[in-house]
Amino acid sequence: MLAPVSPATAPALEAINVSKTYPGGTSALAGVSLAVAPGETVALVGESGCGKTTLLRTFNRLVDPSAGIVRVEGRPVAETDPIGLRRRIGYVPQDGGLLPHWRIERNVELVPRLLGWDRDHARTRAREMLDLVGLAPDTHARRYPAELSGGQRQRVAFARALAADPPIILLDEPFGALDALTRLELHRQFQTLQETLHKTMVLVTHDLNEAFRLAGRIGVMKKGRLLQLATPDELTARPADGYVRELLELRHG
Amino acid sequence: MGRRSVLLFLLLFLPGIAHAADRVVVGSKNFEESRLLGEIFAQLLESRTKLTVERRLGLAGTQVCFEALKSGAIDVYPEYTGTGLVSLLGEPANLGRSAAMSRVRSEFLSRWNLWWISPLGFESSFEIAVPQELAEREHLTTISDLARISGRLRGGFGHEFVGREDGLPGLEKTYGLKFASVEHLQQAIQYQAAGDRRIDAMDAYTTDARLLRYNLVILRDDKNFFPPYEAAALVRGETLKRHPEVGAVLGLLAGAFDEDSMRALNFRLQEKGESEAVVARDALRALGLTGGGARPPETGRRTTGFAAYLWSERQTLARRTLEHLGLSAAALLLGVLVAVPLGLYLERKRRGAESAIRVLGLLQTVPSLALLAFMIPVLGVGIAPAIVALWLYSLYPIVRNTYSGVRDADPRAVDAATALGMTPGQILTQVRLPLAAPIILAGIRTAAVITVGTATLAAFIGAGGLGEPIITGLQLANARMILSGAIPAAALALLVDGALGWIEKALRPAGLG
Repeated sequence: MLAPVSPATAPALEAINVSKTYPGGTSALAGVSLAVAPGETVALVGESGCGKTTLLRTFNRLVDPSAGIVRVEGRPVAETDPIGLRRRIGYVPQDGGLLPHWRIERNVELVPRLLGWDRDHARTRAREMLDLVGLAPDTHARRYPAELSGGQRQRVAFARALAADPPIILLDEPFGALDALTRLELHRQFQTLQETLHKTMVLVTHDLNEAFRLAGRIGVMKKGRLLQLATPDELTARPADGYVRELLELRHG
Repeated sequence: MGRRSVLLFLLLFLPGIAHAADRVVVGSKNFEESRLLGEIFAQLLESRTKLTVERRLGLAGTQVCFEALKSGAIDVYPEYTGTGLVSLLGEPANLGRSAAMSRVRSEFLSRWNLWWISPLGFESSFEIAVPQELAEREHLTTISDLARISGRLRGGFGHEFVGREDGLPGLEKTYGLKFASVEHLQQAIQYQAAGDRRIDAMDAYTTDARLLRYNLVILRDDKNFFPPYEAAALVRGETLKRHPEVGAVLGLLAGAFDEDSMRALNFRLQEKGESEAVVARDALRALGLTGGGARPPETGRRTTGFAAYLWSERQTLARRTLEHLGLSAAALLLGVLVAVPLGLYLERKRRGAESAIRVLGLLQTVPSLALLAFMIPVLGVGIAPAIVALWLYSLYPIVRNTYSGVRDADPRAVDAATALGMTPGQILTQVRLPLAAPIILAGIRTAAVITVGTATLAAFIGAGGLGEPIITGLQLANARMILSGAIPAAALALLVDGALGWIEKALRPAGLG
């Protein structure tokens, strides 16, 4: 497992025996290993506090692990400048995390501008991205986040994550704060983007149905451990332990 | 704003800091007679020398005047030999009139190079006064008589009298006085209170004109406790060396008054509500020391309405308003320049930030007058210490709001900005600060209102501003004069609050609702 792999077949994201213990002794991750192939979408599910968000945040160094190795595109992130790393990884948090004092277009331009694109180029790109996520640029680009609905803000967050065309996107409960109907609509949009853009994605969610619908593989986490990582079919057919089985039953219940 | 423009700003608003060579500053204490004598010195110097005369009348008591004189913040003020002997030199009061004068002369000269010149010809001793009716009923003629029954009486004494060795403490020791209660009162209020029989005994001075009006009688100092209080001009030796004409001109006042003529002048101030400028002018004319000249503006006449009074005072009020704004603006600007970076630094450091802010908060609880008084030994009197004190008050609200505003700025937006690769510096300048701007400005606004309000107290240490008529009015028991400072000061505070509220709204980042 730790043998060197050639770049062509290297996982886009890789966590090897990663642990995170906070000062004071709280353990958020306890020896988690996982690899995500290029173009694959992996969902991380589990209860609040199971470590799924912490694991996600080790990939763009928002969290530095206490032990273990995290690699992005084959390179250990511990040896990578976090600022440059983050600019190459898209990020969609719950509730959008848009900068409230910036117009929509400025929010979408954020990463291209950080990367030093010239203004016109960045602006053109922002409008394309708004178009891509289903927001008419002419009516939305000049607005402020507070003037948009929750669903529209979340679309903007997707546009922002995609703007600099990063190969990897991390999503932290991106649909968590939306009403059911809007969530379904955005799920469809997400699937379209998956098909056209082939990004590597890690999706943290507490909604098992969402994980089944959107992810190629699902990782079930509990108390800082990854209990099982498998395709939806495999998970249904061969749950690794009682907890996973219970979780699957809840899904149908 | 660049460093140079800040300097320019300070120079524009702090004319008091630069001590011009051909300028002489006249001070006085905060009661009528001292103010009048100060004004007489000032007018005489104006008419007989080419010097520019600046007035710092009504400074808060002997210690403030004396410190101001020693530090060179003022050049001359009227003082009394007894005060010099007991309060300033700390010596016993057992000297006669001329012995007291020669003692203070030689001691002040050798210790501080300060000169007692031109004894003005009258004594204004401390006296103990009681209502006439009480004196008759209890057969009081001496202070010893008073001591006999003092256990049943309420005393009401001036703030300075209560603290001075040649005041109440020494008096109590010498006569065995022990009042049932002692209140500390402003002089103008003491008379009112004694007249209304709310106090039974008070300190007065020989040349005070109000004793008759309030039916008060003076009790004889049968144990000769009070030293002689001969009035004279107390001048800095350096000033006399630089401008010998100051000594020559003030010398013209030697022996110019006696107790009766001084009481008559005090009467015009205290009972007729005339301004010290007018009374001083008339006194100098009567002495033949100044010619006709232009009539100074009549102020304080009680026959005109308040509006007319304000109108007649408009130029003075405009100047004081500008002084007031200048003081407040300088203090606030310095406050912003220091407090915003400090708040940002504390937010960065976190550790110890809360306790540092709490210390600044404690500073806020130091009474403003006390803080102003602390400044005097370090910075003298006038504008500089006032600005420093106001500046200290302005820090807390700005630091606190900068710190908490930046710390608590929309955590989800800050998290997303971090996750997308903004540097900490970019996050500070492009996210945290703009989002915290309304909160920081609210802190600045609070500081501004506090500063404009507190700046009225700056007049106690001679910094001018709208506190000037308030304090003078308090010393002269002139309600109209108090209001002529208090109303514009309140209006100014409201105006500043409104203006900053408007700026706050204008600078509020779009999109923040």
